[in-house]
Amino acid sequence: MLDTYRAIETPEGVDLRLCVAGPVVRSLAWGIDLLIRSGIYIALATALSQLGKFGLGLMLVSLFLIEWFYPVLFEVYRHGATPGKRRMGLCVTHDDGTPVGWSASMIRNLLRYVDFLPFLYGFGLVSMLLHPDFKRLGDIAAGTRVVYRETKKNAVSIPAVPAQPPPFSLALDEQRAVINFAERSNTLSPERMEELASIVFSHTRKQPNRTVNQLHATASWLMGKKS
Amino acid sequence: MKQQDFEMQHEALWQRMENLLLILNKQRKASASLPAGDAADFPQNYRQICHHLALARERQYATYLIDRLDKLVLDGHQHLYRARGFLLSQVLHFFAAGFPALVRAEARLFWLAFALLYLPTLVMGVAQQYAPQMVYTMLDHATLVSVETMYDPKGAHIGRERQSDSNFLMFGHYIKNNIGISFQTFAGGLLYGLGSIFYLVYNGLFFGAIAGHLTRIGYGTTFFPFVVGHGAFELTAIVLSGVAGLKMGLALLLPGDQTRLAALRDASQISIRIVYGVIVMLLIAAFIEAFWSSSQAIPPAVKYAVGGLLWLGVAAYLLRMGRARAA
Repeated sequence: MLDTYRAIETPEGVDLRLCVAGPVVRSLAWGIDLLIRSGIYIALATALSQLGKFGLGLMLVSLFLIEWFYPVLFEVYRHGATPGKRRMGLCVTHDDGTPVGWSASMIRNLLRYVDFLPFLYGFGLVSMLLHPDFKRLGDIAAGTRVVYRETKKNAVSIPAVPAQPPPFSLALDEQRAVINFAERSNTLSPERMEELASIVFSHTRKQPNRTVNQLHATASWLMGKKS
Repeated sequence: MKQQDFEMQHEALWQRMENLLLILNKQRKASASLPAGDAADFPQNYRQICHHLALARERQYATYLIDRLDKLVLDGHQHLYRARGFLLSQVLHFFAAGFPALVRAEARLFWLAFALLYLPTLVMGVAQQYAPQMVYTMLDHATLVSVETMYDPKGAHIGRERQSDSNFLMFGHYIKNNIGISFQTFAGGLLYGLGSIFYLVYNGLFFGAIAGHLTRIGYGTTFFPFVVGHGAFELTAIVLSGVAGLKMGLALLLPGDQTRLAALRDASQISIRIVYGVIVMLLIAAFIEAFWSSSQAIPPAVKYAVGGLLWLGVAAYLLRMGRARAA
């Protein structure tokens, strides 16, 4: 339970892997939403101030609607994400991985009031830090969680070396480890790569550069680039 | 089966699904503009692909293929199981039968919340007649003076100062304040019910202080005709948001044979449905308060009569509606 992946079994009998989102990225999403809401308020106030008391009444109604229902409407109609969450790549789902519905969204957003206590999401933060799925109180009551919408896998490149089948068959998690190693090749120093590769090939004692190369070759074979 | 054969065999289906999901992801609502056959076949194709994913995992095909199928299943799952909007008939049925039945099912909590609101009102109101200074435990002097001028029978404007266009202003004001208060009363229930109890008692005391004070100084003739109409909806709605909050608090305190968290989840599903009803009641209350209660053209006798009917109406609605269906 140390990583943030949660496996959810669907009725079809396959596991979905969802990655739960922590307090920092959620606060950032909230901050973006706050900016957007403030922008709307300023625009509304400027426009409605022309209309006198009627405008002021309209302003109060819109203030109420936006303050309480902005997150609900976006979560229900825009695939579980307010603009802030969308920007940070997050979305809200039910505990069983299905998209969030009216009731759950209403519960989690009305209970936001308690999460906000005693000031600036104090209870919410404590609850998130204590809960394995980073749930605030509203999430606990509603049975929802905030997850990453996409695992950021698009457009990763691995070093272009001729593909080569592995010398023996690898289990799925071993395959993943090799591919992840190749994907991280541009963020690791050559020394560190050798060090990591040497763990795999510790029993074969080849010259260091070839071991790294061989892993990259295996990775590109696993990625489906047949030589 | 070789992976390549597997891919060749099913590539067409995956492509179709990917294209469909691309369209669905861009759309706000699942509606008409989908390729005709695809929408109807969607559940079947989705299950097929789930099967492919399970096979691919079991046979340890390459990770890129598993990742691709994984994404297809994840996206498909989101669309197949997505929440459907409310149909108008469902909404109507909820207010015609579901909501009053829900409230009746929580009759004990209703009377508890009722007592938590009205007992403090009564105590505070009566206490004023013997110890007038009690009013200052709830309001400061400046607020009290402004309340007095509002309901002064000799004053030009009863209720709050208003011209015709300020009715809408007050409507907005009531919406923002009253629904905000009832949302807080509901949400406070999450703190083992304490928040709901606090808001019920506090609002009861506050209301009692003002009502008692105005009665004592003889302004009751303007105050009570003003509040009787919308009070039917507003006060009942506050009691009901207390019910919704207390229900959550009670689930945490007495979870029965469930875990506390499971009990809370179940209770909040019911509570939120009560809150839906509360929102509508408060909208009605704000409307009456802004456009009817404040009108000075209407004599107090009419206001009392209409107010009485509204109270009877609310009581009859909660007690009688939807019984036939439930039985």
